[in-house]
Amino acid sequence: MTGRTGANSSATQGPLVDSSAPPERDGVDTSPHVSDEVHQTTCYMCACRCGIDVHLKNGQVRYIQGNRQHPVNRGVICGKGAAGIMQHLSPARLRKPLLRVGERGTGDFREIEWDEALAIAAERLARIRATDPKRLAFFTGRDQSQSLTGWWAQQFGTPNYAAHGGFCSVNMAAAGMYTIGGSFWEFGEPDWEHTRYFMLFGVAEDHDSNPIKIGLGKLKARGVKVVSVNPCRTGYSAIADEWIGIRPGTDGLLVLAIIHELLKARRVDLDYLVRYTNAHVLVIRDPGAADDGLCLRDADGRLLARDRSCSRTVDALASGIHPALSGSYTVDGRACVPIFALIAERYLDPQYAPEAVAERSGVPAAMIKRIAAELAHAAFEQAIELPVPWTDWAGRRHETTRGRPVAMHAMRGISAHTNGFQTCRAIHLLQVLLGTVDVPGGFRFKPPYPRPAPPGPKPSGKDGGQPNTPLSGMPLGYVSDPQDLLIDAAGNPVRIDKAYSWEAPLAAHGAMHNVIANAWRGDPYKIDTLLMYMTNMAWNSAMNTAGTIVMLTDKDETGRYKIPFVICSDAYYSETVAYADLVLPDTTYLERYDCISLLDRPISHADGPADAIRYPVVQPDRDVRPFQTVLLDLGARLKLPGMIDEQGQPKYRDYADYIVRHERLPGVGPLAGWRGADGEDIGRGAPNPQQLDRYIANGGYWRHELADDQKYYKMANRSYLEFAAAMGFLVAPEPIVFQLYCEPLQRFRLAAQGHGAIVPPPGEHDRLARYFDPLPIWYPPFEEQAVDTGVFALHALTQRPMHMYHSWGSQNAWLRQITSQNRLFVHRATAARVGLADDDWVWIESHHARVKGQIRLVDGVNPDTVWTWNAIGKRRGAWMLGPEAPEAERGFLLNHAISELLPPDADGRRYSNSDPITGQAAWFDLRVRLEKCRPEEAGFAEPQFAMLMPPAGLPQAPKQLAYGAQFRRAREAGR
Amino acid sequence: MTSLPATTDKTLGLVIDLDTCVGCQACVTSCKEWNTGGHMAPLTDLDPYGSEADGVWFNRVHTYEQSTENGSRTVHFPRSCLHCDAPACVTVCPTGASYKRASDGIVLVNEDLCIGCKLCSWACPYGAREFDVAVGVMKKCTLCIDRIYNENLAVEDRVPACVAACPTGARHFGDLGDPDSPVSRLVDERGGVDLMPEMGYRPTNKYLPPRHRSAGAAPDHVSALDPVTAEGGFLGWVDRMLTR
Repeated sequence: MTGRTGANSSATQGPLVDSSAPPERDGVDTSPHVSDEVHQTTCYMCACRCGIDVHLKNGQVRYIQGNRQHPVNRGVICGKGAAGIMQHLSPARLRKPLLRVGERGTGDFREIEWDEALAIAAERLARIRATDPKRLAFFTGRDQSQSLTGWWAQQFGTPNYAAHGGFCSVNMAAAGMYTIGGSFWEFGEPDWEHTRYFMLFGVAEDHDSNPIKIGLGKLKARGVKVVSVNPCRTGYSAIADEWIGIRPGTDGLLVLAIIHELLKARRVDLDYLVRYTNAHVLVIRDPGAADDGLCLRDADGRLLARDRSCSRTVDALASGIHPALSGSYTVDGRACVPIFALIAERYLDPQYAPEAVAERSGVPAAMIKRIAAELAHAAFEQAIELPVPWTDWAGRRHETTRGRPVAMHAMRGISAHTNGFQTCRAIHLLQVLLGTVDVPGGFRFKPPYPRPAPPGPKPSGKDGGQPNTPLSGMPLGYVSDPQDLLIDAAGNPVRIDKAYSWEAPLAAHGAMHNVIANAWRGDPYKIDTLLMYMTNMAWNSAMNTAGTIVMLTDKDETGRYKIPFVICSDAYYSETVAYADLVLPDTTYLERYDCISLLDRPISHADGPADAIRYPVVQPDRDVRPFQTVLLDLGARLKLPGMIDEQGQPKYRDYADYIVRHERLPGVGPLAGWRGADGEDIGRGAPNPQQLDRYIANGGYWRHELADDQKYYKMANRSYLEFAAAMGFLVAPEPIVFQLYCEPLQRFRLAAQGHGAIVPPPGEHDRLARYFDPLPIWYPPFEEQAVDTGVFALHALTQRPMHMYHSWGSQNAWLRQITSQNRLFVHRATAARVGLADDDWVWIESHHARVKGQIRLVDGVNPDTVWTWNAIGKRRGAWMLGPEAPEAERGFLLNHAISELLPPDADGRRYSNSDPITGQAAWFDLRVRLEKCRPEEAGFAEPQFAMLMPPAGLPQAPKQLAYGAQFRRAREAGR
Repeated sequence: MTSLPATTDKTLGLVIDLDTCVGCQACVTSCKEWNTGGHMAPLTDLDPYGSEADGVWFNRVHTYEQSTENGSRTVHFPRSCLHCDAPACVTVCPTGASYKRASDGIVLVNEDLCIGCKLCSWACPYGAREFDVAVGVMKKCTLCIDRIYNENLAVEDRVPACVAACPTGARHFGDLGDPDSPVSRLVDERGGVDLMPEMGYRPTNKYLPPRHRSAGAAPDHVSALDPVTAEGGFLGWVDRMLTR
């Protein structure tokens, strides 16, 4: 039983003690030859990016299993990953570049050669770049190459670039980055090995799929309590020790009430707060002044605190000081108070008492009090100490590593609300007050995080982009002051999605969901070309999908499409591909190179940084090219800086060549492993021509294990900080200070009061004053504020099933057999109240539109909430499914009912249906009512759309699959 | 009809932890993927992209709600052949196609002898048999007989595909006839149960029931938080000398 590795390596999960075949004599071949080759690459069925072993037999994929050594999945594989063969062989795979010949949105294309396709694209893009580069909008979906695509947009000179984060979970990412310099999922993870209490908020089985499942298995085995706060009792919530079926959008109330209880009982970690946060920093209290609410600084810009031992004002970030956390002081005539005093004042207020929030959140006061007591018990009575000495940033040696074993994780259910940024900040505040961030048993950062909160780079493109000129930096970044906004002199948005404008100042991931509607309206301006990669913006990655489709086909008075040109790159025939004028067919994930880069969206573990590659394990049987190679080709044709050499020739042969030779900074490239001429360097080093071979030889990934004394307190751990600076993760080995008080938000409030050089138009003052509170607040979701909740009494949510999350699953012959029709799940009691029975067909009506679907009654849902599996409903003809496929016939897409705009405010103005701080799409704010449909309306979903015709060159989908029969035939022939 | 071995040398089977299964379908598709090219290949899919997609699967997960004394709960229930000790699917087989191996207790189908009469699927109360219409024979879980003894696989890979895949580690494999085997001990510790024992087929596979969960009450050792009103109150507390 020795030598076993990976997640499932207990004695009950291994081979038999004697795994030799018994003498049964029934003729069964117990040792068939399985594969000729095994290639270790990276899965792409979702954003989890697990290591996979792809077994090939006679050049075909025999099966795909998890890579036991891989830091992400440690040998396990999910329902999607194990269905990878069917993704690779989907009948919806595009085969050749396509040029539209019929009306947009019908699927009427003709096949063209790559030379023609690239010439069309290059000619058009060159014209845009030479005149007004922002008239190219480049938006990507589940793109895992954002450090390339963002850099390409920068070199092209358009600020109109983003991936799908604004639609997905930017509230989560931004709240983390502005508070602790890291965030859930990609930038951090629970300490599964040591935690003693685990709390999940709004996790719809999305993101970090296998690591969370592996972790939950460990917690279950150790008897650790798992609490899931989620309106829906599915998946993880179903196995949680306690499921809290909260009302959607009220998690912030629950968390702040827990904080109220902890403060009231003095159960917060003051020593941790003064060491690692800004809790002791003094804030100016001078209402009406230009610096009211800003942190007190000395002439050199140093943050100040009050030292209790000397009763003087001192450098707040110095070590060894004895800072006051309470009181009020007058410094140079300015009244000021420590941040912690503001926190206490705010959250000890009775409005945050459990009794005050119970009704609104649907969580009984006694339950809130008990959860608070359990959290405090785990954090303080069950504190742990690892026998690992470490040295802090100030050079003080600690003989042990102390931890408070409470871990938390939160995701989409928190994020996709208009109050999501503040709610996620509240969760981070709770984590920090308990002293649980990057300590044993708590929430741990994954290198290259933590970074300064927020990190340095600002978004580029304030001048809107100039002809034939690159932007000065990457299009996306972190705003900390109104000066950083991408607005013009009149205060109008520079970007087509209005990210980084007064409507969404901290829009760190852009706002993909606004692009098509804004481009169609010409608000703030018209564009020429929309370039989309791997995103279904005409279907499930849109709000108001039916309206979006109309916008894509709408024409002006001259008969030209209002969005003049659409280029789409995808591997498959999605609903959106049908709306392209030019289609650039991509490869499947088994046919391509990729890098999972530390410059981009890392796959690190808290114990050390990691990155990985994909490489082609089979060759395409179609005339398709990897999009990243095509993008570099286009870049060279456009003579973009960095993509051509001194002779003006293409600098990179293809994406693989770029991965190896591109340097973002001297010595820093897409991959961190095996750098330097001899391949001995990590992080920084000259490009190594053998780098990809080294990755392949190592199982497709690189991982560096931190020394034991670097693994915790990374925000203040000298050895770790020095390592991070040497690797290029940090500019300097300076400690990261958690921002309980988010000063950048206060700067926006001050601007709304007329202070500073850049002030918002009067119409924006109220939103900025109300929502940009530098301490976490809760407010009702905007749709709830705007509609009659007596009529639209129900919350409506979506989640992806685990076997389809991020997986384009409906084209997959195996996955669609598991789910091909989504139901609307309705609480039994709620259904009884409105006279609905199981299997009824209902109209799901919002203030915006109505959708028809079939219901299923359940107990495991918040009674005021209905929900459905998202993106099961498909447009007829898309994905090469048959015309009667349940996905199109009976499956429904809730997005039709979600408006991209909020109802008009008192002034008639309609804001984006998004978080006011980050611009995150608020698709979980949806309110609906249900109405049983008439008998003749039952049996099919609505709205329905014209069937898309199969594009030229795509054969019909097979009527029967017997995949694998060929392997058996070969085995039996060979016997 | 077909006779059973009097005893088996080993009693190989699965142990499935219903306390940990999140219903992710990883065991379902990894089973399909291995077995569609494995011993009983293929696992045919009819109308795979149409309105009536219907394929052969050796393992399926059902999700349902159950009423308990503490209220309703959601259960994810993986279902596959239980490799019974007294399998009716074997004894009803008119041709000897269905059989139970004397060496390890695995229940298999010999496709050369199967006439597709489906008596076995009528006899199995667990719904574990899968008829492959395109081939005309009955198929079923083989306990990955072409993996667990496979000399062409690394030793650590010689486990059923579903066990290797399971992301939560909810699936276990071993000799349930040996009371000292790790899986037998796991079943003892966790009170593993038979499915429908009253039927008398003595299934080999065991299910570990959901663990007891605290429904509402705090664990005994956690005391409620008391507001601090002692000397100095809140301000007294935060004015303790702290060192940055």
